[in-house]
Amino acid sequence: MYNPQLNAQGQLQHLLSIEGLPKRLLIDILDTAESFVGVAEREVKKVPLLRGKTVCNIFFENSTRTRTTFEIAAKRLSADVLNLNVSTSSQSKGETILDTVNNLIAMHADMFVVRHQQSGAAHFIAQHVPPHISVINAGDGRHAHPTQGLLDVFTIRKYKPEMHNLRVAIVGDVLHSRVARSEIHALTTLGVPEIRVIAPRTLLPTDVEKLGVQVYHDMAQGLKDVDVVMMLRLQNERMAGALLPSTQEFFQTFGLTPERLALAKPDAIVMHPGPMNRGVEIDSAVADGKQSVILPQVTYGIAVRMAVMAILAGGNAA
Amino acid sequence: MKLPDPEQLLENLYQQLLPAIDENTVLVGIYTGGVWLMEKLLPKLQAALGHELAFGKLDAAMYRDDYAQRGLKTKSLPAYIPFDVNGKHIILIDDIFYTGRTTRAVMNELFDYGRPASIQLAVLINRGGAQLPVRPDMTGADLPLAAQQSFELSMNTQGRLHLSVTDVTNGVSGDV
Repeated sequence: MYNPQLNAQGQLQHLLSIEGLPKRLLIDILDTAESFVGVAEREVKKVPLLRGKTVCNIFFENSTRTRTTFEIAAKRLSADVLNLNVSTSSQSKGETILDTVNNLIAMHADMFVVRHQQSGAAHFIAQHVPPHISVINAGDGRHAHPTQGLLDVFTIRKYKPEMHNLRVAIVGDVLHSRVARSEIHALTTLGVPEIRVIAPRTLLPTDVEKLGVQVYHDMAQGLKDVDVVMMLRLQNERMAGALLPSTQEFFQTFGLTPERLALAKPDAIVMHPGPMNRGVEIDSAVADGKQSVILPQVTYGIAVRMAVMAILAGGNAA
Repeated sequence: MKLPDPEQLLENLYQQLLPAIDENTVLVGIYTGGVWLMEKLLPKLQAALGHELAFGKLDAAMYRDDYAQRGLKTKSLPAYIPFDVNGKHIILIDDIFYTGRTTRAVMNELFDYGRPASIQLAVLINRGGAQLPVRPDMTGADLPLAAQQSFELSMNTQGRLHLSVTDVTNGVSGDV
């Protein structure tokens, strides 16, 4: 099967989605990221791997956090970084995506980090760039956000190394969440035996069971005895029409409160991809509580993105 | 070639290391062979010195000069430098000294942790062939080896070292 993420030797050429990423490459990325965690704790928080390379963050959709973590990751690898907010730039003057990309190629960019509100945008760009350029999908529509999925499983592996023995619950707006899709693929690939999704019917894709998850509509049942609670952000900006009565009512039924968290295993960890809506999907007492690993997720996210970029940029000599 | 017993070479290295160590000295093993050697040397050195000896581990994968050709090593290992590098006398421990490129990469990585007072290099075998102005300060043995061959140090489950020579068929291996 043609896999646009891999080159003819089976090595990673682009990172577009976790779906279709072989297990060995997924584990390679996680193992490599272990080496990058320590870089931030040194006197010089930089390694020279991407010296002389130019990384372009092309964001057709705003995301300060994702862009910032990619930018820090690239800079810690010694790359030069160019940030383009295309939503406020030439696309509003009518330029096509490929014209934007071709202009950056003419400026000798080496890697593109692409965020777009439409599913498939990163694939599209990857198919049009010359072979020495790599594309990283930093979120496309409802489809995928692979580095978020990778950093989530990296964080889980740090706290719960026995992946084959875990019960994981993903809670909230699965329908609009590319993060949930990437997480489910990553967890499945790594052999997590039980993945649950907990959400109101209106916020679940119709065929969600086909992804290999168990569906719950009740927090008390769904959270019982889980090792990991992965909260999702309620994506108000993607909602058209009335999928929810109100955010207050969502919190009443699906918000993660200390009382509900108590139903999970006592050492369960709580995760959130950010940005959090406090009092909508998560109570502040949980977000700031001792089971929360939300800030370590951010720190590990940089190491994981460094690993992806370092794997993509190396060994490209003809 | 009749190969020496690596345990005997390690003893030679130990005899040279002991007088080179003072209270400001730390050892840094280079993965994988150098870390094995360091872990075998540490208890003996600490017993003779009568004090603990700080140590670290590096593989310098992020500083190698062949990254653009070969990419990142698939199994790079996390650096472990639990001490303040500033002002330390560092002795690097490696198994085979060849081109000097690994030593160069390791020194670059160490300087990103701080400014050591000095760095010395102790190796089990110097096989000749340096391509940089870098040479070991302490050596278990000098054993010149042809470019198309390479030494392999291995360790069995009982922790005993074994040395062998293999032919380099693909022409790129042996960059140690």
